[in-house]
Amino acid sequence: MNAQAPALRDPRLNRPEPFTPRDGGFFQRDRSIHPPAYAPGYKSSVLRSPRQAMLSLDSSVSEITGPVFGHNDLGPLDNDLIRNYAKDGDPVGERIVVHGQVLDETGRGVPNTLVEFWQANAGGRYRHKKDTYLAPIDPNFGGCGRALTDDTGYYYFRTVKPGPYPWRNFVNSWRPAHIHFSVFGSGFAQRLITQMYFEGDPLIPVCPILTTIPDEDALDRLVAPLDLNASTPFDSLAYRFDIVLRGQRSTHFENRPEGN
Amino acid sequence: MPQPLNYLKETASQTAGPYVHIGLIPAMAGFDIFEKNFSNVLVTPNTQGQRITLEGKVLDGSGSPLRDVLLEIWQANAAGRYNHPADRSTGALDEDFRGWGRAGSDFESGLVTFETVKPGAIIDGAGRKCAPHVNIWIVARGINIGLNTRLYFSDEEAANAADPVLNLVEPPVRRRTLIATRTERAGKAVYSFTINLQGPDETVFFDV
Repeated sequence: MNAQAPALRDPRLNRPEPFTPRDGGFFQRDRSIHPPAYAPGYKSSVLRSPRQAMLSLDSSVSEITGPVFGHNDLGPLDNDLIRNYAKDGDPVGERIVVHGQVLDETGRGVPNTLVEFWQANAGGRYRHKKDTYLAPIDPNFGGCGRALTDDTGYYYFRTVKPGPYPWRNFVNSWRPAHIHFSVFGSGFAQRLITQMYFEGDPLIPVCPILTTIPDEDALDRLVAPLDLNASTPFDSLAYRFDIVLRGQRSTHFENRPEGN
Repeated sequence: MPQPLNYLKETASQTAGPYVHIGLIPAMAGFDIFEKNFSNVLVTPNTQGQRITLEGKVLDGSGSPLRDVLLEIWQANAAGRYNHPADRSTGALDEDFRGWGRAGSDFESGLVTFETVKPGAIIDGAGRKCAPHVNIWIVARGINIGLNTRLYFSDEEAANAADPVLNLVEPPVRRRTLIATRTERAGKAVYSFTINLQGPDETVFFDV
């Protein structure tokens, strides 16, 4: 027993503390709800998709552990995209709040985990030296931010709604408005990058990237509903986006054979 | 009819896209926004262990280097201990080593580099000794779900031969796709790796 071992818990509680990382293996990833590596409708995947079978590996200590972040890693405006790059005024666009919970497959909130997000501006242009789309760069909008979840897994940030934009996949391919999300969890095997879309966008069913997802329900779960209750009157609308990471088994303890 | 289990489903992955740098390494996108940035340098002057450089490329099915790829690495410290509460092994923790780094490839050459320390051998959950290794996660435009692989070290032949994970790789000829080659540059060890997304030397990727 070393100093890192968790303290003895009240034996009357038969569930772990929500903020205690478990040290069992992760649930097997259900790959049927993820896009396949090779998805020829999304042309960039053709040369970048592995063809050999992956090696299935029981979670080892290398996968159930992962980087730990804290408030020292963040600046005070990191989750406010309206102010974190403002030079001489507010960014152009429809002000929105995006909020939600990071959960695992058992429904536990994932606390103190890093969520990062990035997006185009209201015109559909990224502040990236490789983006040459004709929409203007917004001098007051960087387009990125990050947040730590609280002890229930909750996160939020403020931004402007990104615009849709064309891209060279098919001649007339357009991306629906979207925000990229990068999430950590407590173990490196939970690492996930995804994209959030907006309820009601007519480009969603014709997007070659979004439709790489074979499972219609899994696709729908990337579409954030308008959350009028969380909006701020005369300021901003809100969208709710919950994110689910891999579930994790807890270690089998001989004094708790019923599990937890 | 049994009761429902009510497990949630994992959120579906999407590609990181060509502009992944904006959110994760904005300096490469061409602007400075955060007070504190994550980087490919895992060490501070106080970190314990032998300084090494990892240097490599990710190649597509045509053999061309990806020039918009993002890699993250996660590794144990020089004593073989991960900086995370779920690692219950007895190696000493190093406060000056988080064990995690992030790097984008050079927009011209496709080269990816990390400055880190050589990890120690790890004891896995079953009590087995594992060869020193670095866990790698790869995302980019056209990669629909992040790829997991590992980097082992060419100067650890005996440990590699006994490693429980390397020994799972069949056929054995594919094990070499996980081993980085050691050279020295100005007295410092440089480990070179190539990750092939396709082709006869396709890297072994893990479903972890």
